[in-house]
Amino acid sequence: MLSAEIIPLLTKALGETIYMVAVSMFIASLIGIPLGVLLHTTDKGQILENFPLNQTIGSAVNAIRSIPFIILMFAIIPLTRLLVGSAIGTTAAIVPLVLASIPFIGRQVETSLKEVPAGLVEAALSMGATPGQIISKVLLPEAMPGIVSQLTTVIIALVGESAMAGAIGGGGLGDLAIRYGYQRFRPEVMLATVIILIVLVQLVQFAGNTLAKKLNKR
Amino acid sequence: MIKLSGIEKIYDTPSGKIHALKGIDLRIEKGEIYGIIGLSGAGKSTLVRCINMLERPTKGEVIVDNLDMMKLSESELRDARKNIGMIFQHFNLLSSATVYDNIAFPLTLSGVSSGEIEKKVTPLLELVGLADKAKQYPAQLSGGQKQRVGIARALASDPKILLCDEATSALDPQTTKSILALIKDINKKFKLTVVVITHEMQVIKEICDKVAVISDGVIAERGDVLDVFTNPQHAITKEFISVLLSNELPAAFRGNEISETKTPGSLLLLRLIFLGESADDPVLAEMIRACDGLECTMLFGNLDEIHGVPFGRMIVGLSGKESAVQNALDFLGGKDVRVEVIGYVRRNFSGGEQNVVG
Repeated sequence: MLSAEIIPLLTKALGETIYMVAVSMFIASLIGIPLGVLLHTTDKGQILENFPLNQTIGSAVNAIRSIPFIILMFAIIPLTRLLVGSAIGTTAAIVPLVLASIPFIGRQVETSLKEVPAGLVEAALSMGATPGQIISKVLLPEAMPGIVSQLTTVIIALVGESAMAGAIGGGGLGDLAIRYGYQRFRPEVMLATVIILIVLVQLVQFAGNTLAKKLNKR
Repeated sequence: MIKLSGIEKIYDTPSGKIHALKGIDLRIEKGEIYGIIGLSGAGKSTLVRCINMLERPTKGEVIVDNLDMMKLSESELRDARKNIGMIFQHFNLLSSATVYDNIAFPLTLSGVSSGEIEKKVTPLLELVGLADKAKQYPAQLSGGQKQRVGIARALASDPKILLCDEATSALDPQTTKSILALIKDINKKFKLTVVVITHEMQVIKEICDKVAVISDGVIAERGDVLDVFTNPQHAITKEFISVLLSNELPAAFRGNEISETKTPGSLLLLRLIFLGESADDPVLAEMIRACDGLECTMLFGNLDEIHGVPFGRMIVGLSGKESAVQNALDFLGGKDVRVEVIGYVRRNFSGGEQNVVG
């Protein structure tokens, strides 16, 4: 059913999608996880309580999260050009993907950290733990199963957002589906990309669930 | 070892200020097991947290092991806290760490090498009887075992003081007994000063040397456990004790009118409290021999032990010649027995058996 010229296109598009999602996820986590820790620990009654800081970053996070991805992508073109030297292409698509994912990860990590019982933090404080030790030895390890589950959700969201990257020449499966499947009336290409996306998301979810379960000792 | 002076704690809440502690003075000597008992909301958990500054008092002075805790810097306070172990009602163990790693946790915080940690943790595992559970996770343990891990963890940094915040309140009575025995054991073994927060008089009776009864943010009563138990002054203390030692009249008399003067067919009920060696004296037999024409009915009796001191409580009913009853009261007044006159009460006809002493 699929003609031979389509197969390389599909593999290339799949490669681009994985590249965009993986690199974006990696960079966004490096910033988003500390952001989540900051959101949680500066909150009221927490170890680094700081109301003005908490409100400031909280508002910034909300602001970015309220912008639809397709608009964010175009709105930050100057920043993208500054960072990667070009505003179009697969690598250029990574900039808005990272920017959109950072506050998302921040909130998800914050949610997981909130589920760590306050008594554990109190116990660590009673043993003379520093705030840094509480974050690295209590909050993050205890919240890890939750964080893994939440990050799985972020990866899946990234797969969806990366499909819009075609709008700035980013390529990937979504782009292929629109250009071949829709604009060139090739429903079999549309179907193939959809199936690949479904399998991809299933695999990510399965891997995430397995890892979270393995980490959960409760 | 611990000296609290004029401790006040005021919480600002959206619904107004809450005065949780209203001027508490407390001295706890080295090696003592000091109990603080109170109803929930009395302020006892806040008070114990003032000792290691998990709660900073609004006013007052906290001296622990000669350190003025209120004046320490953050890092000095962290060091001081390593000297004060704490165990909790809900254990507060790391669910993601094994039993071994939980006990090692305070040492990990201090940057102790893994070799040193092993030398420390292995005997602690033995001490609390969990040597075979080292590799398990807290979720696989029972409540009592979790508290044993909590105790071992609290001891890992060789503290001089152990704070127990409702440490047995989530445990069943059997497990409570074994955990209390363990606390008593380590108190002796390590000359550890222990502060026990509880709402159960049983815990106080079981292990404490001294007790403070806290009510509505103030200490209502304090002293040696034996004194407070045998001669409670404050209503709240009597209430706590009544859970263990019923103050009700025997069923055959319960609910009947208590009169100060003799009514037909009534007995004069006395509550007698024997303490120490007097519990062994044949006081009642002597009384009956000494007072001609006296009838004495024993209605209730129980013999307990607090810190190895026998502690007997008894209710007797006196009847017979009026002069004989008066003689009996005089006789008891001269003995080493505390006598509380309840009053003249009639017996229900329908219930209760009686034992006549004599």
